[in-house]
Amino acid sequence: MKLKLTTLALGAVMAAGPVMADLVFPAMSYRTGPYAANGIPFADGYQDYFTLLNERDGGIGGEKIKLMECETGYNTEKGVECYESLKSENPLVFQPLSTGITYQLIPKATADGIPMHTMGYGRTSAKNGEVFRGIFNYPANYWDGASAGVNHIIDIEGDIKGKKITLVYHNSAYGKEPIRTLEELSKKHGFNLTVIPVDHPGQEQKSQWLQIRREKPDYVLLWGWGVMNPVAVQEAANIRFPMDHLIGVWWSGSENDVLPTGAGADGYKSLMFHGVGMDYPIFDDIKKYVVDTGKAAGAGDQLGTVLYDRGMYAAMLAAEAVKTAQALHGTAAINAAQMRDGMEALEINEAKMAAAGLPGFGPEFKVSCKEHGGNGFVAVAQWNASAGTWSQISDYAQSDQEVIGALVAEDSAAYAAENNITPGCN
Amino acid sequence: MFYREAGDFKTTYKQDSQTFPIKFDRIRYYLVLGFAFLVIPFLINDYWANALLLPFLIYAIAALGLNILVGYCGQLSLGTGGFMAVGAYACYKLMTSFPDVSLFIHVILAGAITAVVGVLFGLPSLRIKGFYLAVATLAAQFFLVWLFNRVPWFYNYSASGQISAPERDTFGIIITGPNAPAWATYMFCLIFLTVCALIARNLTRGSSGRKWMAIRDMDIAAEIIGVNPLKAKLSAFAVSSFFVGVSGALFFAIYLGAVEVGEVFNIQKSFLVVFMVIIGGLGSIFGSFAGAAFLVALPVALKILGVDILGWPTDIVAHIQLIIVGALIIMFLILEPHGLAQLWNLTKDKLRLWPFPH
Repeated sequence: MKLKLTTLALGAVMAAGPVMADLVFPAMSYRTGPYAANGIPFADGYQDYFTLLNERDGGIGGEKIKLMECETGYNTEKGVECYESLKSENPLVFQPLSTGITYQLIPKATADGIPMHTMGYGRTSAKNGEVFRGIFNYPANYWDGASAGVNHIIDIEGDIKGKKITLVYHNSAYGKEPIRTLEELSKKHGFNLTVIPVDHPGQEQKSQWLQIRREKPDYVLLWGWGVMNPVAVQEAANIRFPMDHLIGVWWSGSENDVLPTGAGADGYKSLMFHGVGMDYPIFDDIKKYVVDTGKAAGAGDQLGTVLYDRGMYAAMLAAEAVKTAQALHGTAAINAAQMRDGMEALEINEAKMAAAGLPGFGPEFKVSCKEHGGNGFVAVAQWNASAGTWSQISDYAQSDQEVIGALVAEDSAAYAAENNITPGCN
Repeated sequence: MFYREAGDFKTTYKQDSQTFPIKFDRIRYYLVLGFAFLVIPFLINDYWANALLLPFLIYAIAALGLNILVGYCGQLSLGTGGFMAVGAYACYKLMTSFPDVSLFIHVILAGAITAVVGVLFGLPSLRIKGFYLAVATLAAQFFLVWLFNRVPWFYNYSASGQISAPERDTFGIIITGPNAPAWATYMFCLIFLTVCALIARNLTRGSSGRKWMAIRDMDIAAEIIGVNPLKAKLSAFAVSSFFVGVSGALFFAIYLGAVEVGEVFNIQKSFLVVFMVIIGGLGSIFGSFAGAAFLVALPVALKILGVDILGWPTDIVAHIQLIIVGALIIMFLILEPHGLAQLWNLTKDKLRLWPFPH
């Protein structure tokens, strides 16, 4: 019996052991906990895209992709455990999908020489690649989001001097990120800014929305995640706040956030830095190679949702960076340092997006050593409750780079001083 | 066979009252200490340190602290997370204000500051007992977390509201930050744990410990025989908070390196430490260790078994983990209310008679 058990265990280890794949992508996901509703579609999209590359193209540049999933539960301690366990597998790039874990991992990943991509989240000043050599947050970051939200209001109102704008935010590093930028912008444009925190996880927001009802702001910006979003949209509908004056950041703009409110959520707006929906040729391939062969991640029911598309986009950008790195270094089996170079030389244009089956999916951008954050092009989407779809209502427009650039320089300089980093491109 | 007193003669009172009166136990204790200090530092790598050993050492300090308050003095507290936060923020403010002072001193000072805060929140314990005190300490938990979120001074006005530990060294060895070697962080925490455990053990079997236990067992009777409840209760709060503060400081500075108070030191943390104390064994030093080891190692072990060896989906494993940990807690409470420490004692009794139980 004992022998049998040992053989069984040994066999299991052999079966689960490395299958000689060279491109290791860790997938730090959260399919459990209060943020699971958002974590699942993102993780599915991220994994399905890599599965597609493996099934259709045999990997990237002939190298198979190995995806290693680790459940973080959006929890920092579990995130650290995941990072440490995945670190020894020679991963190419970490994408933690949590601002808290990102802050945790920035020094660790920098010390270990593993690049990190925090797409649309994380530490905004990582945009300054001269200080944050291995950290990337293209194509857009929180401060771009804050600025784009204000710009959208300017587009509607013209002059916003004296208008009242309220920020309802998740009381964490994530939610606090845009405050600095909004304060600067309020000085520049002369609007009155009020900030209202919502504590984790955010199921109870009566008092916050009572305050909004009393103060009657002209616009509300929503910076929520997880269960906080649908509650906020519901509360806004309850106090009959005009939905088209409620603008969420891209993390507050998925189907999960608006569906529970039903028709009441009609007209709710959300920022976006990539396309949504299923009208892209890639979905035919995903259906053919991934879903129909039973290889879809999770339950396979998330195709085409906003966060699924975002996970897919994150994987697409990673795959494109791998291709860039392979061309740059002339080898298919790249390592983490070469991946970093690839990410820094990444250029996304229409031709590449079309080749990936995602024509017109996102803005074109170019990464460089000085610019790890893309160019900050953001659009606005609006929810149509009767059709059940998001539709883009504005073109991709650049955020206020003047204000953001100054803030990035200031914050990254502080980080460099704190950590004895000499900014530079070498 | 094992644990025999036969042949182990005590000729002085000192020998008779030592912590491990049985020779076998004493040898085992020195072996464990020797292994922890002389062997593990040479074997340790980043994964073992950050996934298992550091959390175990740090939670063990917190569990020791809470065990003094709940297990020895009988004062129910649900504010552990908040007090850990005090330790962490005190350590952060000290580290950034006095960068040249050794981290050893900062951690001890952070413990002292937490002790003061703990005494303040312990004052109501003179009037209220049991569940009502638990609610009062719960208020401490929420108030402290709110305070650290609300007042920017505590996090040095950083944009994200997070605190992150700058790189510091002790005796020329980097101890915080990403470049700290695993063995150094491990040794740093181990030294604190060893000293804390020695202090706790000697306090609890001395006169102050007896006073605490008298208060725990019946406070009116204790008062009548001359125990001053003010001193006893507040000293329990002070010592307990000191330990919890030290663990909070280590948790922030050594283990995580960056902390967001609402996420790391929330009510879940308080419950986790309470579970450790209950599963480990109320009123037992060994129990604090056992409880911490159990609750730190079990999730990691289940994850390795489920995901890495059996190859199950991560979400299924995460859910199974919740079920198993929950079931084990209930099982323990039903089958062995005195926790792992009691199981250990039973084993010792059995071993003492083995192989001739009659």
